[in-house]
Amino acid sequence: MTKRSPATRPLQYLALAAYMAFLGFPLVFLLTTAFKTDREIRSPDPAFLPQSLNLDNFTAAIERADLFRAAGNSLLTAATTTAIVTAVALPAAYALVRFRTRLRAAATGWILLSQVFPFILIIIPLFLLLKNIGLVNTLLGLVLVYAVWALPFALWMLQGYVAAIPVELEEASAVDGAGRFKTLRKIVLPLLAPGLVATSLFTFINSWNEFFFALVLIQDPDMQTLPLALARFVGAEGQVQLGPLAAAALLACLPSLVFFMLIQKRLTAGLLSGAVKG
Amino acid sequence: MTALAAPAPPRARRRSAEGRDAWLLVLPALLPVMLFSVYPLVYGVALGFTDAQAGLNAETHFNGLDNYAALAGNELFWNSFKIGLVWAFSVTALQFLASLGLALLLNLDLRLRWLARTLALIPWAMPPVIIAIMWQLMLNPNYGPVNRTLETLGLPSSVNWLGESAIALPVVIVVGVWAGMPQTTITLLAGLQSVPAELNEAAAIDGASTWRRFWHVTLPALRPIVTAITTLDLIWNFNSFALVFVLTAGGPGGTTMLPSLFAYNEAFRYGNFGYAAAMGNVMVVLIGAFLFLYLRAQMRRRHQ
Repeated sequence: MTKRSPATRPLQYLALAAYMAFLGFPLVFLLTTAFKTDREIRSPDPAFLPQSLNLDNFTAAIERADLFRAAGNSLLTAATTTAIVTAVALPAAYALVRFRTRLRAAATGWILLSQVFPFILIIIPLFLLLKNIGLVNTLLGLVLVYAVWALPFALWMLQGYVAAIPVELEEASAVDGAGRFKTLRKIVLPLLAPGLVATSLFTFINSWNEFFFALVLIQDPDMQTLPLALARFVGAEGQVQLGPLAAAALLACLPSLVFFMLIQKRLTAGLLSGAVKG
Repeated sequence: MTALAAPAPPRARRRSAEGRDAWLLVLPALLPVMLFSVYPLVYGVALGFTDAQAGLNAETHFNGLDNYAALAGNELFWNSFKIGLVWAFSVTALQFLASLGLALLLNLDLRLRWLARTLALIPWAMPPVIIAIMWQLMLNPNYGPVNRTLETLGLPSSVNWLGESAIALPVVIVVGVWAGMPQTTITLLAGLQSVPAELNEAAAIDGASTWRRFWHVTLPALRPIVTAITTLDLIWNFNSFALVFVLTAGGPGGTTMLPSLFAYNEAFRYGNFGYAAAMGNVMVVLIGAFLFLYLRAQMRRRHQ
């Protein structure tokens, strides 16, 4: 487009390469470590790539009963949270957009406000509250907390998608004699599907990754979620078993990595525009 | 006049019916949020003015400003608060500069841009616990690639990156920058793409250099987004917990003890709920004051 000095391009590529090394090297290192045998990791003259694609570290990680159970707990918690949040947020988001209540501003305000408050102010009362109703150390208690904290954001995201559906479509459907429920089912829901999927995946990943609430609310080792189990693994034996630790860490990120690959394009464009509309 | 007034009653009735519908749909979302996040937050702020303790039979008394009087003399807390400010401001500033550079590069027509963009996104998909584990492996004093590379280069190679009090905080800050770059980069990139190309072209025709165009055209157009993302980054970084908790747990010797970790220990290791909540209150007031001053300065600059 514009003239630049001949030295600029190579410098730009050099800078890009430096960024890629900084951002990518830890990831590549984690990936290769997960396939290396303990001897390879500890060898005084280490090779960058593993000698073979052996899966011993992965089987070692999966066979550890606590990691496996923790993954199950995480899956159960995240899936239940997602189901509840989606079921509750969908009608609410629709109502907030279409009926223009003052709640909409309140919801946005609450999202921003809840970001500023340090979690310590919320977790102590939540801990006391859940203890009173006997839900400390249960996955149900964790689901409750995750759902409540995911709700405002899910609402905010969904509002953007609802607002993008032209009201005229619904009015046309009503003129054609369809009842409100039929209009919602036949017109609104199909159009909302991609946004609904994105929102529920986002909720799922956030609960799958969450650490702080789980750390405080879950003390029973049988009930711990995957991030908790991994954090304890580091403390207990992670310094000894580097390979299985890398493999377990890699497996634990798979759901979110797959999700981010799927919505990458939407993330760079759609999510932000949806946020602006909301 | 009467003709206009006539249709009003049915319409008002419809509106109120709609309002009722709306409340009915919103209520299932509103009730749990009120019960499990608004109420706890108010309760948490109130706890900061009591002597609440963990344990079954502990009675809680309102004790006014006692917690704050005790906090004022608690050197460990203020030290932790200072560490929190150093951490939050360094990570936010470095994150912003690094992300702006990357966003500018990604906005150019360079080859392999897709790869860099994917790499820039991946940390976003990783739980903080995993990021911490990965960097622990990277920085492992014996087997980590960082020390191994230094060894090959003939530099001092037995550095215990996360275990020496003089360097632990800067090292943790670098990891924090790595972990937080995606949001900032993507947000800035979206902002850059919304800067009208005509503005830059016009400036180029007028003979402005690349640097001058960046400084006088791109950056001013980007300012609202820069304000928004640095504000959010500052809040997130100041309140961040999991990354540093897993990396160093506040050590060595408390040199990476962020205030969130400090308050967590006070509450759940020592059981002083009221005192810990008071720390939370102090944190929210001070960070709120910072944000207020920062946002006001940004607003004023925009109005000039």
